[in-house]
Amino acid sequence: MQQEKVITAKELTKRFGDFTAVDKITFEVDKGEIFGFLGANGAGKTTAMRMLCGLSLPTSGLATVAGFDVYKQNELIKKSIGYMSQKFSLYEDLTIRENIRFYAGIYGLSNSEIKEKTSFLLTELNLQGQEKTLVRDLPLGWKQKLAFSIAIVHDPAIVFLDEPTGGVDPITRREFWSLIYAASARGITIFVTTHYMDEAEYCNRVSIMVDGRIDALDSPANLMKTYSAESMDGVFLQLARKAVRSE
Amino acid sequence: MQSVIVENITKKYGTKKEVVEALKGISFAVEKGEIFGIIGPDGAGKTSLFRILTTLLLANSGNATVDGFDVIKDYKQIRNCVGYMPGRFSLYQDLSVQENLEFFATIFNTTIEENYDLIKEIYQQIEPFKTRKAGQLSGGMKQKLALSCALIHKPTVLFLDEPTTGVDAVSRKEFWEMLHRLKVQGITILVSTPYMDEAGLCDRVALIQKGEVLSINTPKGITGEFKKPLWAVKASEMFKLMNAIKADPEVESCYPFGQYHHVTFKQPGNDKAKLEELTHTGNYTQVEIHSIEPNIEDCFMKLMKN
Repeated sequence: MQQEKVITAKELTKRFGDFTAVDKITFEVDKGEIFGFLGANGAGKTTAMRMLCGLSLPTSGLATVAGFDVYKQNELIKKSIGYMSQKFSLYEDLTIRENIRFYAGIYGLSNSEIKEKTSFLLTELNLQGQEKTLVRDLPLGWKQKLAFSIAIVHDPAIVFLDEPTGGVDPITRREFWSLIYAASARGITIFVTTHYMDEAEYCNRVSIMVDGRIDALDSPANLMKTYSAESMDGVFLQLARKAVRSE
Repeated sequence: MQSVIVENITKKYGTKKEVVEALKGISFAVEKGEIFGIIGPDGAGKTSLFRILTTLLLANSGNATVDGFDVIKDYKQIRNCVGYMPGRFSLYQDLSVQENLEFFATIFNTTIEENYDLIKEIYQQIEPFKTRKAGQLSGGMKQKLALSCALIHKPTVLFLDEPTTGVDAVSRKEFWEMLHRLKVQGITILVSTPYMDEAGLCDRVALIQKGEVLSINTPKGITGEFKKPLWAVKASEMFKLMNAIKADPEVESCYPFGQYHHVTFKQPGNDKAKLEELTHTGNYTQVEIHSIEPNIEDCFMKLMKN
């Protein structure tokens, strides 16, 4: 059976002047897949993600996200995706309820949908009764979990997570991944970058970028076999050490 | 000789209404020439502690000395003998690489030439870009410049606040290799990190969370404190398997670790047989069960729960 593709990229390239940040990357991501997007600092991950989010036009190559073309339909892409990073997530001076209301409103959910989503989300995160707490007063781990849930409040086809768990304690980090698994089981595709190599092993498939190219793409188990490594850390070190450029 | 002594340090922020206790009475001592890791997540109190020890912040109570100097009375001497690399890049963005380094050498009454040997290996990697403005450097190069500036006056104690946060696995490894070469020169290094796997690269570590010390020991000592047998379990459907293991009343903990789940039982004994039965009942395929040695993260999570 042909799997539904949520991302297709063919020889996708981005050049800044004579610098090729992303160099002909070709890959596909299936619906509901947890796709790890790894690479050393400066390998081109952020540039590639910006193109896929419809924020930056490619220099050449083809790509579709949620069925929309990155050149012509970037506004439609923005409506079909969620995005969360450690740096940008929620408004600290708004309450939990206000943040949900704000993001859900931006994504065009109706009042009744917002009401329904708010109660679903508060229950899922065990935050009932805390709707009026300011986000600034939440511990970091809770903020990150809430930010993730809000990033998928509009049931996007795909959610982009840019180092979502940096600095978070190990138990919360695992709770965060439980939310990722649950979203993936609901059919939401997860596209995630991380510096934690154990998290790479939670992904269905992982790509590793080196100097703007995708040098490896497979399931963690197959990558470890191919590179005779005990862990993804070993795979990553072998590949990233080959890098010529450094940011 | 002890290079850093911390006794019952507390630090509170905020007004009467909303007080945040960043440090709740922390004590430890660091030997001269040691690499001492402060390991903990965001909000553990790592930065407050470093700022108190580098005399940039006053504690509410407790005592601390650095290189024999008191952090309150002798703050001027401390500022002369420590190197501090804050978590946020704090060099002058509009000065060039070389200008930044010269600036720090000058305010410490020294020259780049005088201590070049100490920074040579690190600085050589960014020397080709010495005329570039610091603000235009990549993350990795900024980090090397900041370390060079923190070292240029040949400090006796070096404080590194989360030097590897957000840095990829390869650069992190290289950074730690640099630290080990500095240690050989006799410099005491206090380094904080949220990455548990870096604990193994320190001589001793303090695991801290929410302003409290969970444990202080050598990495081996910390993992040795984990008394219960630990099992690694793997099967075809990992998410389903985790929920099944967690639902078992005899299970004490089950956490995902990469491709395995790490499991402990409340009453150890027949652990393997119990796990085999559980995976058999659930009809899992590609089952793998074996006992493993705990790592620092296993220990951290166990200590967090208690």
